[in-house]
Amino acid sequence: MVGFKFPESIKSRPVYGTLSVKSGVDHLMIADGEGAEAIIRLAKLNKNFIEKSHIIYIPKHTKSIFVDQLKELMPGQLYLGPSYPASVSRIRQALNNAKMGLQVYLAGTEGLIGQAQNECMSSGVPHTAIQTEHCGSVARRMQCVHCKGITEDVIMDPFICIHCGLNLFIRDHYSRRLAAFQGVCIDAEDPGNVPDAVELYK
Amino acid sequence: MIGSTKINVIVSQIKVLNDLVTCFEFKRTNGGLLPTFSGGAHTIVEMQDGSVLRLNPYSIMSDPFDQARYTISVRRDDQGRGGSLFMHTKVKVGDEMVISYPVNLFSLDLRARKHLFIAGGIGITPFLAQIKQLERSNGYWELHYSTRRPSLGTFVDELLKKYPHKVSPYYDECDQRIELTSLLSGQPLGTHIYICGPKGMIDWVRQEATDFGWPDEAIHFEEFLAPLPGKPFQAKLEISDKVINVGELQSLLEAVELAGVEAPYLCRGGACGQCETSVIEYDGKFIHRDHWLTDDEKTSGLKIMPCVSRFEGKKLVLDR
Repeated sequence: MVGFKFPESIKSRPVYGTLSVKSGVDHLMIADGEGAEAIIRLAKLNKNFIEKSHIIYIPKHTKSIFVDQLKELMPGQLYLGPSYPASVSRIRQALNNAKMGLQVYLAGTEGLIGQAQNECMSSGVPHTAIQTEHCGSVARRMQCVHCKGITEDVIMDPFICIHCGLNLFIRDHYSRRLAAFQGVCIDAEDPGNVPDAVELYK
Repeated sequence: MIGSTKINVIVSQIKVLNDLVTCFEFKRTNGGLLPTFSGGAHTIVEMQDGSVLRLNPYSIMSDPFDQARYTISVRRDDQGRGGSLFMHTKVKVGDEMVISYPVNLFSLDLRARKHLFIAGGIGITPFLAQIKQLERSNGYWELHYSTRRPSLGTFVDELLKKYPHKVSPYYDECDQRIELTSLLSGQPLGTHIYICGPKGMIDWVRQEATDFGWPDEAIHFEEFLAPLPGKPFQAKLEISDKVINVGELQSLLEAVELAGVEAPYLCRGGACGQCETSVIEYDGKFIHRDHWLTDDEKTSGLKIMPCVSRFEGKKLVLDR
């Protein structure tokens, strides 16, 4: 599968790469949805490291499509999570027990990559040492800059904040600390004057 | 100019620590407070040795929050250009000297969960300040300190007395070596490693850590090079329109400064990149000794680091 190529943007906007195997004592892979494909591709490149791998996978809308393929890889550990919030305690436990030499691989949507990267950073992994690959939906995790509420998987721009109801314009301005893009009120000066919503990158 | 703000100091104490190392304490000449610094910082000491002015960097080893004094340790190098010998033989208590404001090219990464220090010989000095800094904030650290023999293990007794569970000494002559493999494999996630010592030790630890999968961002090291003596040579400074002669015991940077031409610098040890100078024309060969330029830049003949590198040949024209 060929990943979506994001157009060039401001410096704050995250850029993603292509996962490759790095030498290390242990490997932690966190993925959602189509991110499984990046991990399966990686595992096929190098069979040795998969025994030392801990895969945390959240299938989301892909349900069981990739699950059997992941099991066939015979990873050291495979955890299937029903949602990201439900998987956080597993991620934290894996990071707490980890030693230096752990390699981290993140694959899937921007929301998954951003939040998992945040967990890794708070465990002391430099963000620049974490490999990421974007796969699947280009929907974003958005923070409303007005009420600070987070709306997950936003694909239409502008959108309505699920917390405060403001019409928010999707910016490329990203916060690594919050693992979210910033949504700014689009009709503050002329309430009600809201352009038609269009799908991101369409 | 960056890094060149000066402080007038008086030598307030000199303590011979062992056969090779002597410790110097500086206080402000006017009795005022010195700036605080961060552990790992160095100061550049100006040494007026007759008509020769040498500027050598030394890590500050005193408490970063102690504004009354700075202390440095100088290891005598009998083969060097004479800077350390000058400090050992000419400097007396009460002498007035000039030092630079502290500059830190080897600071702690305070995002680290744990700080793992690897010191070789005189490379212990920046860690002494960093340990004092971390102790104030209840920081998590561990020191592995390797020297040739117990009599040269300056600071070992003091460190062991204060921090018996955090300091491990090793003596080469007793066949003791840092067990790097077990040390690196058991460190908690978020550990940063800091290495200061001889080049061989730095290369060894960096390589092992990288092989274990430690990210570059978590590996810190500092190795100051002293400019080596070499054959005298001539250089033309294009912008200033001056021809300078670089003496046997002089560095190119010192010769540029002696000619009254302002040149930027921070470390004077081939590490920081501040003094990078473009070469306009040359006929001869460069003796590159810095850690800054890439191998490609070194062979390109377009750049030189005048603090530690030299030139042999007929013609050298610099963009300075």
